[in-house]
Amino acid sequence: MDGKLTQINGPLVRAELIEACIGEQVRIGKLSLMGEVIGREGNIALIQVYEDTESLILGEKVESLGYPLSVELGPGLLGQIFDGVQRPLKDLVQISGDYIPRGVNLPALNRDKKWLFETNSNLELENVVSGGMSLGIVKETELITHQILVPPNSSGTIIWLAEAGLYTLNDPVARIKNEQGTEELLYLSHRWPVRTPRPFKRRADAIAPLITGQRIFDTFFPLLKGGKAAIPGPFGAGKTMIQQQVARWSDADIVIYVGCGERGNELVDVLETFPQLIDPRSKRSLMERTILVANTSNMPVVAREASIYIGVTMAEYYRDQGLDVVMVADSTSRWAEALREVAGRLGQMPVEEGYPAYLASRLAAFYERSGRVHILGYEESVTGESRNNQGSVTLIGAVSPPGGDFSEPVTGHTKEIVQTFWALSKELADARHYPSVSWTESFSEYVSVTADWWVENVHPDWLKLRSEALSLLTQAQELMRIVNLVGPEALSSEQRWVLEGADLIKEGVLQQSALDEVDSYASPEKQFLLLQMMLVIYHQGESMLTIGMSVQALKKLPLLITAKRCKSNYSSEQTENLKLFIEQIKSDFQKYRIEYAQELL
Amino acid sequence: MRRSSYEGIDFERRAVKELEYRQATAAHGGLLFMQTVPGIAYGDQVIVTDHRNHKRNGQVVQISDELVTIQVIEGTDDLDLERTWVRFLQKPFQVSLSTDVLGRIFNGIGKPRDERPPIVSALKRNVNGSAVNPAARAYPKEFIQTGIAAIDGLNSLVRGQKLPIFSGSGLPHNRLLAQIVRQAKLLGEESNFAIVFAAMGISYSDALFFQNNFESNGVLGNVVMFINQADDPTLERLILPRTALTVAEYLAFDEDRHVLVILTDMTNYAEALREISTEKGDVPARKGYPGYLYSDLAGIYERAGRIKNRHGSITMMPVVSMPSDDITHPIPDLTGYITEGQIVLSRELHSKGIYPPINISPSLSRLMKDGVGKNDTRDDHVRVANQLFAAYAKAQEVRNLASIIGTDELSEEDNHFLSFAHEFEAVYINQGEEHERSIFETLNIAWELLSILPASVLSRVSETDLARYHHWEGLPRDA
Ligand SMILES: Nc1ncnc2c1ncn2[C@@H]1O[C@H](COP(=O)(O)OP(=O)(O)O)[C@@H](O)[C@H]1O
Ligand SMILES: [Mg+2]
Repeated sequence: MDGKLTQINGPLVRAELIEACIGEQVRIGKLSLMGEVIGREGNIALIQVYEDTESLILGEKVESLGYPLSVELGPGLLGQIFDGVQRPLKDLVQISGDYIPRGVNLPALNRDKKWLFETNSNLELENVVSGGMSLGIVKETELITHQILVPPNSSGTIIWLAEAGLYTLNDPVARIKNEQGTEELLYLSHRWPVRTPRPFKRRADAIAPLITGQRIFDTFFPLLKGGKAAIPGPFGAGKTMIQQQVARWSDADIVIYVGCGERGNELVDVLETFPQLIDPRSKRSLMERTILVANTSNMPVVAREASIYIGVTMAEYYRDQGLDVVMVADSTSRWAEALREVAGRLGQMPVEEGYPAYLASRLAAFYERSGRVHILGYEESVTGESRNNQGSVTLIGAVSPPGGDFSEPVTGHTKEIVQTFWALSKELADARHYPSVSWTESFSEYVSVTADWWVENVHPDWLKLRSEALSLLTQAQELMRIVNLVGPEALSSEQRWVLEGADLIKEGVLQQSALDEVDSYASPEKQFLLLQMMLVIYHQGESMLTIGMSVQALKKLPLLITAKRCKSNYSSEQTENLKLFIEQIKSDFQKYRIEYAQELL
Repeated sequence: MRRSSYEGIDFERRAVKELEYRQATAAHGGLLFMQTVPGIAYGDQVIVTDHRNHKRNGQVVQISDELVTIQVIEGTDDLDLERTWVRFLQKPFQVSLSTDVLGRIFNGIGKPRDERPPIVSALKRNVNGSAVNPAARAYPKEFIQTGIAAIDGLNSLVRGQKLPIFSGSGLPHNRLLAQIVRQAKLLGEESNFAIVFAAMGISYSDALFFQNNFESNGVLGNVVMFINQADDPTLERLILPRTALTVAEYLAFDEDRHVLVILTDMTNYAEALREISTEKGDVPARKGYPGYLYSDLAGIYERAGRIKNRHGSITMMPVVSMPSDDITHPIPDLTGYITEGQIVLSRELHSKGIYPPINISPSLSRLMKDGVGKNDTRDDHVRVANQLFAAYAKAQEVRNLASIIGTDELSEEDNHFLSFAHEFEAVYINQGEEHERSIFETLNIAWELLSILPASVLSRVSETDLARYHHWEGLPRDA
């Protein structure tokens, strides 16, 4: 179906195009720019264009393709960087040089590469297969075994199944015949429309924490595998660093990093550093489990809107293989702004700060694609599964509120949706307290669920120590209010020691520099021991006060600063040293107690 | 062929004779509306000839089957529509590129302002450029020594970074920039920057200040200036940074030069954008600025950087005046969300007579982490910087406290912090305009100041650092 352009207004164009329906892909003009029909007014289709519309001419041809925006899913996604419509950016450099060209349409996945396909030995001819079942496996990277899935909407009787061997994505690996008698060839990859969530059997309860190696998250505001989190914060507060830390260290199988309307150099940073970084668990290069999606701030705004969906669809695809996937999106505000821009040009009624009324529902629908699920097509009896029966998608979105004001619409709506809220504070960032996560404004609704995990895997006292630490921090905040009104003299010794205790928690536990080689990642055990250490000091000090030692004297104890430095002096492999130091602290205090008692005599 | 975005795609169209029409139906606020004519393209350059035969430049900003909207750079005042001719050049705004641009002065669309002939070159490029493929970028890492302690020590600049100066009216951002231009160099190298100076809506005296400065430093031959003064057409400010950056990209990536781009003042740019977007009826987001201000600014700022396998680089230092000194105002706010940090000037320090009045707390260099340290500057650099930031933040708390309860009530430790803050501002920050410090001097001064504080409060530096550089005498300096 062809039509012609009747209006050009930035990224929004109109065309006389009779049959194209909403959601359909179109190609525009001589350049064959990519676009999507987003509305209709009689014979006129409203089209958002993923590429710059400069030099389009009225009357140019518009061709509708008959299918919606979709992504290619199959082996070869890992380690890649794609743009907002899944064009492979590294390949694009080879073909068109350093600048992003227009109208160039490259397949996302390499057509020439041969993959070693191992047929699922439990499958036989005449078996009936349905969506989500695994036809076999391909070793995509050393780290990841890729299940070759029957596309969710396909099913039928196997009438031919390829033998194990080398295949490209163009070679069929199975032929099935459905109930109507239609035959279908299945390949190593398939396509899926990005705006349609991939189906699963049913939802499962999220139970396991996502361990990020960051103390302020794992210990204080935990997230679950399959959970949803948001990181709001003004510029420079540390949103990107946090997302990169999560992408580096979290114990997920797959990480999808979506740079949505942010800096080009931040993606380069990931591209240059991840291949060298070694995953603490698998000891393999982090790039082997990572996919990047890049629509940087200078790339076309409409593709920004698409990039989030490209990312989450790939996440669901790996989930469907029984894997735990984390997707970080930096920043969802830029995505919302892309919505706003298109809505504005469509003349839709703005409701708050120019955003359309459907902002909240779009945000909710996006986060709804997270979760832990029983995967489709997991049938032990038929396929003798080699994968997990569950998979998860964890979504973590950065939010960039204008002026750092959390009452703006995107932050507000997001806060209603997520269960973990990591609120960043400008004051903490200005004092270089990183991660600048505010312990008063952040929350996690997953604490009691994660407590079970900590008790089972680390220490029975986890929940108790966590609340003690938080309570010290809150008390200290109250006390500082008093100090700022009437001065420190108003505080008792015990109260002044509370301030010191809170400092120990802040400097010894909460502050964790992403740039510190030793402390960038902290294992759950290290996290627990540091917390325990600071609280041991606090309680020991408390008891010294009761026998009359002064706060000044306590504050001069050299072990305080030694304890604060422990995080950088001992790695996650050196937890024995931390335990020894805790014992040392206890015996030091014992010594002080004796000395002190003698002095008093 | 480097950029495929425009070249070679529409010979057909260009072969048609340029089209001239007299069909304008309305004009207001810089926009000219006329009946649609076939063959014109979105973004094309337009020449408007008024009844006095004066030519104005325009650009197609919207097309529908009835109406074409043209943004006229020189404005639409006193156009007599009956006698106004509109000619479509059938190409976007382009700039002619050659190394002859160095030493020259142009206006926003690349016309000479220095009474010398226009640049003649077969190489012309669309001023909008196209986005660099992130996979082709190289991460900027090379430390630039600006000779200014507050920048080098705490907010280091690297080659290829975009680092704005957030300033306010009456603050010395021009002097600071001039000093940076004078002093900036890589460690162990002579300064070899080419400078692209892009001025939007600045006063005559400011323009002259820079020109004299470049001249007296003898760098004029390495400078190309694009100037739009306060009394020049407002809308020219929208195209000027793009013209300037197209030239910068040419110098950096075709001619292997390290280019320092100065954009001043981005607030004037954004105001021009607000003016025209209001006129076009775009939905405003905050304070009347259009929702696309972020993307629009990013289209400028993201042109800084490095590209793999190319030798040059574009380092960018925009000036952003914060209206009413408000850092949350949309212009500094959105800038901060795009650039790789910011240097924030403070009116309070300025009024204390401190130069440069850099407020370090809200200042930041995001690219510092990979540009400093053992192999680039000195091993302790990052930790010293963190410690100074942390100690200064703590000292500010103490200052607040002292302002409520007086200094007598403060603890001994708190008093150390007060003297630290004082010395830090008076010595470290306040280095003066004529003074150039090497990074090693800067770090040594930092340790002098940290030695005002006892080791027990210096948890950001390592024990080794303390043993090597810290020499606390256990006595407050100014007791
Ligand atoms: N966890 C961290 N550890 C160390 N430095 C950090 C951390 N978080 C932020 N920073 C510092 O703050 C700067 C800005 O952080 P970034 O994540 O880019 O902020 P945002 O994305 O919120 O604008 C970084 O360049 C780094 O210097
Ligand atoms: Mg960021």
